[in-house]
Amino acid sequence: MLSIQNLTTSYGQIKAIRGISLEVPEGKIVSLIGANGAGKTTTMRTIAGQLKPQSGGIVFCGQKIDGSKPHQIVKAGLALVPEGRQILGKMTVLENLEMGAFQRNDAQGIKDDMEKMMNWFPILRERLSQLGGTMSGGQQQMLAIARALMSRPKLLLLDEPSMGLAPIVVSDIFKVIKQINAEGTTVLIVEQNVKQALKIADYGYVLEAGQIVLDGTAESLLNDERVKEAYLGGRKH
Amino acid sequence: MFWQQLVNGLTVGSTYSLIALGYTLIFGVLGIINMAHGQIFIFGSLVGLVLMTSMQMPLGVALVASIVISAILGLILEYTALRPLRKKNVPHLASLISTIGFAILVEEAMHKIFGADSRAFPQSFGDKTFDLGVIQIRSVDLIILAIALILMFVLHFWIQKTKMGKAIRATAENTDTANILGINTNMVIIVTVMLASALGGVAGILIGMAYSALIPTMGMTLGFKGLAVLILGGVGSIPGAMVCGVLLGVIEVFTVAYGDSSYRDAVAFGLIIVILLLKPEGLFGRKA
Ligand SMILES: Nc1ncnc2c1ncn2[C@@H]1O[C@H](COP(=O)(O)OP(=O)(O)O)[C@@H](O)[C@H]1O
Ligand SMILES: [Mg+2]
Repeated sequence: MLSIQNLTTSYGQIKAIRGISLEVPEGKIVSLIGANGAGKTTTMRTIAGQLKPQSGGIVFCGQKIDGSKPHQIVKAGLALVPEGRQILGKMTVLENLEMGAFQRNDAQGIKDDMEKMMNWFPILRERLSQLGGTMSGGQQQMLAIARALMSRPKLLLLDEPSMGLAPIVVSDIFKVIKQINAEGTTVLIVEQNVKQALKIADYGYVLEAGQIVLDGTAESLLNDERVKEAYLGGRKH
Repeated sequence: MFWQQLVNGLTVGSTYSLIALGYTLIFGVLGIINMAHGQIFIFGSLVGLVLMTSMQMPLGVALVASIVISAILGLILEYTALRPLRKKNVPHLASLISTIGFAILVEEAMHKIFGADSRAFPQSFGDKTFDLGVIQIRSVDLIILAIALILMFVLHFWIQKTKMGKAIRATAENTDTANILGINTNMVIIVTVMLASALGGVAGILIGMAYSALIPTMGMTLGFKGLAVLILGGVGSIPGAMVCGVLLGVIEVFTVAYGDSSYRDAVAFGLIIVILLLKPEGLFGRKA
């Protein structure tokens, strides 16, 4: 569904990602894991069209999307839940959801999806007319995911959805991601929370200093000595 | 006397509100102050005025012409002075300067095309007065007030309720976020710049009606009034621009009526300074 070849993106002179290649097959959950500063967000922003790659290609559903504008990429069926959630704090929860559906014109479909989101995330129904900025971190993350889903994406990108959230909320978020995938949306998730991210994933890639150093099925990565050493807090006890 | 002056102040002030709305809309989505705003809408208004005086066109046609010409100038501003700098990620100060450059160009063009002299508005409308007990309103003031207030009401509704209005608010809050939600923010910026200039185009014609004349240099003086209102209301605040424009108009008119007309601007701007000392973020602004 998503195929990335030899992608390189720079900030000025600094190459943040250097020739990375990865595949996200339809219907799967793929995790991209790596430490702070490894280039995870840069990868996501490049896929979503916010950063222009210096070289390499991105093909989404058979269509070349590197060089496309972010709104065109959303229209093609790809939605990003950005790092730090980026809720529109001065707009209401309802308006945030409406903006997620900006590219769509099917009023009834939007209404149905809105209802679906409020059933998935009951807190959103309670807070519908409240400003986005007044919600807690976990609630904002729910809203950011629901908002992205309002575009009815084929592929959902999640950039560190667990960042800064309490453990109990984190496990809720991962449950939701699993459920979204079960309902047919393909997922590419970026995380520092390696254990959780690999547990729900089918396949994983490990990013270090802008390069993919390891990849394999999620299961094999969870049992990989190097992964355990570097990301899972050393030896199993 | 008091009520009469209040109506006069409201009339003038409502046009200042329209001007300030133009600044605030553009600041909202782009984070810059468009120093060419005044020149753009006075150019448009002069075109409208010439249509009325030389070709005997009705006021409605002049108004539409002013709106269209101002909006087109806004579009040209976006493509020549704003977008090229936005692409290169240069500091906001650069586009402040490029809009000043655009302002100078438009000002020179006005002098070439319309001359530097004041142009009178036709006197055919507005001389009727309505007696409403304590106040008498000239029909021209009634027209100005009605157009300005209806326009602000419609604008407020449009920004709050329509899909495009919400896209403008989303872009104003965070362009990056708006982008990844599927909003074509370049399109939003074009709409905003044209809308802001068009509002100025309306204000210019209304001011011409109020003062019975237009002068090319009014672009700068009215521009500064709009800027003062922008700061007073809180930069980027739409209700701030609406309320404080009217407030400035009322202060000015009362200064002239109960004080000395030569101190009109001094008192108005002095008061603005005092208010800003007490509330630096503006009356409707949020603390940074
Ligand atoms: N806007 C930026 N300008 C310059 N360098 C940046 C910028 N954003 C990120 N970087 C650098 O690029 C590298 C990768 O960052 P990022 O993609 O944010 O990593 P991650 O999301 O994995 O923490 C880091 O070294 C970071 O310092
Ligand atoms: Mg990151």
